[in-house]
Amino acid sequence: MPLRTPLYERHVARGARLVDFAGWDMPIQYTSVIEEHTTVRAAAGMFDVSHMGRLSFDGPDSLALIQHVFSNNAATMKEGQVRYGLVCNEAGGIRDDVLVYRWRYGYAMVVNASNRAKIVSWLEQHRGAWNVQVEDRTLGTAMLAVQGPRALELCRGMVPAEIDKLGYYHATPTQYQGKPCVVSRTGYTGEDGLEFIVAADQAVPLWDDLLARGVQPCGLGARDTLRIEAAMPLYGHEITEEIDPFQAGLSWAVKPDKGDFVGRAALLDRQQDPSRRLRVGLELAGKRIAREGALILHGQNPIGIVTSGTFAPTLQKTLAMGYVDPAYSAVGTECALDIRGKQEAARVVPLPFYKRPRTS
Amino acid sequence: MDPKTLRYAKTHEWASLENGICTVGLTKFAVDQLTDVIYIELPDLDDAVSLGSSFGEIESVKAVSDLYSPVNGDVVEVNGVLQNDPTLVSQDPYGKGWLIKVKVARGTTLDHLLTLDQYQQQIASEDH
Repeated sequence: MPLRTPLYERHVARGARLVDFAGWDMPIQYTSVIEEHTTVRAAAGMFDVSHMGRLSFDGPDSLALIQHVFSNNAATMKEGQVRYGLVCNEAGGIRDDVLVYRWRYGYAMVVNASNRAKIVSWLEQHRGAWNVQVEDRTLGTAMLAVQGPRALELCRGMVPAEIDKLGYYHATPTQYQGKPCVVSRTGYTGEDGLEFIVAADQAVPLWDDLLARGVQPCGLGARDTLRIEAAMPLYGHEITEEIDPFQAGLSWAVKPDKGDFVGRAALLDRQQDPSRRLRVGLELAGKRIAREGALILHGQNPIGIVTSGTFAPTLQKTLAMGYVDPAYSAVGTECALDIRGKQEAARVVPLPFYKRPRTS
Repeated sequence: MDPKTLRYAKTHEWASLENGICTVGLTKFAVDQLTDVIYIELPDLDDAVSLGSSFGEIESVKAVSDLYSPVNGDVVEVNGVLQNDPTLVSQDPYGKGWLIKVKVARGTTLDHLLTLDQYQQQIASEDH
């Protein structure tokens, strides 16, 4: 029996198409992927992301435990800051990509739905004698992402916190309708926006409120096309237990100088190995989509594999991401993609494919 | 085309036979399931198609699906407008969104295909 978010009934009532995603019944689309995608780029859309894992850390050794499993440096974070990083295995492969939140008295972490159980047990395994309590708050809370150039404007006045003063990748505890809530300036679409974390029983009022303000519900389908345009990796596709952060182009989220952490030694070793495949962006000449698992060829030789592919509604291009042998990773390299037995021309292009226009 | 007079394949193609030429399209149910159609690959003129075999594919943002021929024969016309505007297949699946016309052998019928009633029963069981 799949899990349901507190907004399940709202999704059904709107006629959303539901799919099983990481053990959750989630809306893939309400109207059309392209329409929802376009709304987020042009105005604002909201995503029920309550399936994502929300963990809280309490106790004097919270930072020690996070530092031990997190590739980025949590020690330099200031109160209210949010930081992206990886949880690596001992071999330097990626167990998950996560966000760490620094509060005045503790920390929180948001992890992928598909990795929630794995990360909870990983933390337990590495806790040792440290005085830290990790609580999985996923089922007691809900999370809504409001994304798009009009997101802040449409959310103004919903919470007492001054959301306009909230910096990118910053969060603040506040209240929604008098009850505790967290608002962060984060997201997974390449647009400006906010993410709300509320108690499970506040999810429906928050959803209805956002709807009344003109924020359009969007499903996982648009979330995927949006994140691909923004070249954000998705766990299980661009990042896996076998891929290390350097291959994935995430070296900015690895801080070996911060001190030891799980996977650090292996990562420094792997960095010396020039044969590892690298993540690239690919633009196809035609309209057929190269989906996960499609082979990337140079002549008749396989040189890599596609991890995600789509038609990009904003750019009106057929795009893919994948891993190729380093000799073929330079921008401009011509290659072919084997799509269901037929080759299609493609070339390596810079990532991200899409960058939002800066307004200020 | 009037959906009542068409015959249907389990794989969601419709067929209409007139004077030895079979027009083939996709049902409204199928295009509604696909949404976000971005590309349709169709055969060339004179290509042979065969009953139950793929003659092309339809690409949507989410997935690609094969198009299966409901008859045996040779392609005598291809709806070229779909190359520039594949969304026609969603907007007007029984009209401007037709896919191909196939010349069939003398004596060919569509009796092996489903009637509208039978097809509707099938999709009722799929659309849970």
